[in-house]
Amino acid sequence: MYLADARSTKSDRAADAAPDPRPGRRAAAVPGTVLALGAVSLVTDVSSEMVSAVLPLYVVSALGLSPLGFGLLDGINNGVGALVRLLGGHLADRGGRGHKLVAGLGYGLSALCKPLLLLVHTLPLISGVLAVDRTGKGLRTAPRDAMISLATAPEHRGRAFGVHRAMDTTGALIGPLLAFAVLRVADDRAERSGYGAVFTVSGCVAVLGVLLLVLFVPGRITRAGLPAADPAAPGPTLRDALALLRRPALRRLTLAAVLLGLTTVSDSFLYLLLQRELDLPAHLFPLLPLGTAAVFLLLAVPLGLVADRIGRRTLFLLGHAVLLGGYAVVLSPLHGVPAAATVLLLHGTFYAATDGVLAAATAATVPDGQQGAGQALVGTGQALARFACSLAFGAAWSLWGPRPALAVTAAALAAAALAATLLLRPATPAATR
Amino acid sequence: MTAPATADPVPAQTPGPGPDGSSPLRRKLLVLLVAVLLLAGVGIGAVRYAADRADRRDQEQAGGPPVHEGTLSLDAAGGRRLLVRNLAWGPHRDEIAAVPADAPDGPRTASGVTCLRFHAAAGTGICLQAEHGALDDTYHASVLDASLHEVRRFPAPGIPTRARVSPSGHLVGWTVFVSGDSYAGTDFSTRTAIVDTRSWQFYDNLENFRLVEDGHPVQAADVNVWGVTFADDNAFYATVATGGRTHLVRGDLAARTLTTLHQNVECPSLSPDGTRIAYKKRVDGADPAAPWRLYVLDLATMTETATAEQRNIDDQALWADDRTLLYSMPGDYGSDLWTVPADGTGTPAVLLRSAVAPAYLG
Repeated sequence: MYLADARSTKSDRAADAAPDPRPGRRAAAVPGTVLALGAVSLVTDVSSEMVSAVLPLYVVSALGLSPLGFGLLDGINNGVGALVRLLGGHLADRGGRGHKLVAGLGYGLSALCKPLLLLVHTLPLISGVLAVDRTGKGLRTAPRDAMISLATAPEHRGRAFGVHRAMDTTGALIGPLLAFAVLRVADDRAERSGYGAVFTVSGCVAVLGVLLLVLFVPGRITRAGLPAADPAAPGPTLRDALALLRRPALRRLTLAAVLLGLTTVSDSFLYLLLQRELDLPAHLFPLLPLGTAAVFLLLAVPLGLVADRIGRRTLFLLGHAVLLGGYAVVLSPLHGVPAAATVLLLHGTFYAATDGVLAAATAATVPDGQQGAGQALVGTGQALARFACSLAFGAAWSLWGPRPALAVTAAALAAAALAATLLLRPATPAATR
Repeated sequence: MTAPATADPVPAQTPGPGPDGSSPLRRKLLVLLVAVLLLAGVGIGAVRYAADRADRRDQEQAGGPPVHEGTLSLDAAGGRRLLVRNLAWGPHRDEIAAVPADAPDGPRTASGVTCLRFHAAAGTGICLQAEHGALDDTYHASVLDASLHEVRRFPAPGIPTRARVSPSGHLVGWTVFVSGDSYAGTDFSTRTAIVDTRSWQFYDNLENFRLVEDGHPVQAADVNVWGVTFADDNAFYATVATGGRTHLVRGDLAARTLTTLHQNVECPSLSPDGTRIAYKKRVDGADPAAPWRLYVLDLATMTETATAEQRNIDDQALWADDRTLLYSMPGDYGSDLWTVPADGTGTPAVLLRSAVAPAYLG
């Protein structure tokens, strides 16, 4: 669906990237900048998912290492990632070309990590390279969402973020396919050189992503109908960034995102629950993330359009209701593949209804000059809350077992959704203007 | 499609046509095209380089052991022999091959059966294989009869790492790695399965067994089980990890329980007389990239003995007899098999180059 969108607006893309001064020209349905950023994300996700797909195989088969106990750094990474994201968002708001610069640094840092993988052969070093890769992701996320917001007319932001997320997910699905295609051609037999080829191709793809950003994403984001921001205006200070929290609309949205994030079970836990509680055959386990991603991909644009129609906050809340439905299926007496497929359908729908939609909702609560910091604040709040939920959920699982832990989380999600509904209900017109 | 018309033109920052008359967009597309060609060149070069190297591995390596095609049997008859996955370069690379136990350097007899991991006992073999699909790799565990023909096949959800057959040949067990789904995910976990080849009962995930620690049932989301070694047709030992610690557990197939016995034990291997466990111990103060040393645990007294092997070990050791351990170490062609006495004396010695996944028969 988004492909058709992309094709139909291809001719407008150049004109949008370098705005046409002719008066009366109608703005493209999805701005060229958004399509360009979507292409950057797509290509970058192809690159990073190529590595993710073969990394376990590489570590176990080619390096002959046992990767267990290797995930211990994940917690630290999450914390650092959150800080980097706040920093990236704030820095991006300073100076006219800040968003592109900071995002470019983030994409560039991740691209640099791919060839580094050719040089490191121990788990601590590999995990260090992955941490730097993630730092790059943390750095670029907020400026990228800020640019999408700035380039798009407020009433179309749901769709714009939907298109972006669909393109992003497409890349994530293509990456593993390309990685295994390279392995097939280069070497099937689990040797280092075959993985070297995968990392090299992944590095090349990442460089292409950075290049797309440099060439086709404008340094100063403007949107049709508005004059460009005054380049001479001073960038917001750290104090200004903190003062964002005094804006009631943003504060409420952040609070709602945090409350709901605290009751959102991580993907890993959900897939583990599907396998254990629905008696799913063990060999289907690797397919579960694909199911979520496919639904997310298909629904991101349609639900983005729905968000523009019925309101982002409403859809964001409805998305969590869908997630609650997913929990209910896991807790129900239903079993087997059909039940798991239903949960994945609901889980993918949840992502499509909340991921880009939250970014679109955030965009409406902060002034244009502070989009980076605003996106970073809400995104980081949500990410940290989800991380806290993972810790708590793991503890609850140990204490009470998986079913009671999920039942309690479901009850908490229902309560959080009610609280969030109250928080987000008084949509003061002033806040959305 | 109801986007508002642009009211006021965007201030002129729009670059006009370049001096040569080409539009900026055209120039950008040209840059992109050149870059795509360059990057494609690098990528194709890397793929071809890897393919060339892969081809070279199909040529027999100079100075490598001679490998002939032949028939292999997993029966007790036919003299004591060592079966391995042959890693020597040549057309029989990765095939299960046999050498006489008393002449491990001698010519290898290759079976034509390719396995990533392998083990055999009393006429039964377990062979973990990859299937290279168009889109990705999938794996399965193949139960082999005495003439190495597949009897039955079970799906495996990840990358094979360990395989064992019980001394009777009735039970087979294996472990695979399953990777996480997070971005640049590093949260690996394992899945360990056991099959009873008499009833074909398939225990597809030992994490579902009841875990008992110090007499109390324990449940945790982060439980991982790996490295099964069989005592008899019901009891087995394995490693269970939870909360960042590893435990030696004794498993009971009929009762579906795992009971912890000792801490800091990975990849246990039970001695033929059933009194000791050889295992990987994570030692303090070691290089975090290589923290494991080969130890032996006496099950009656729970005393630990370090072997003379000082290097890091990443294998489930095999008992060649009640006194000698066999294990793999990284080698020029992937891995070599080494031996060391189990009682802490002696020195490590190479037994067999270019081989992994050993099993003694006969």
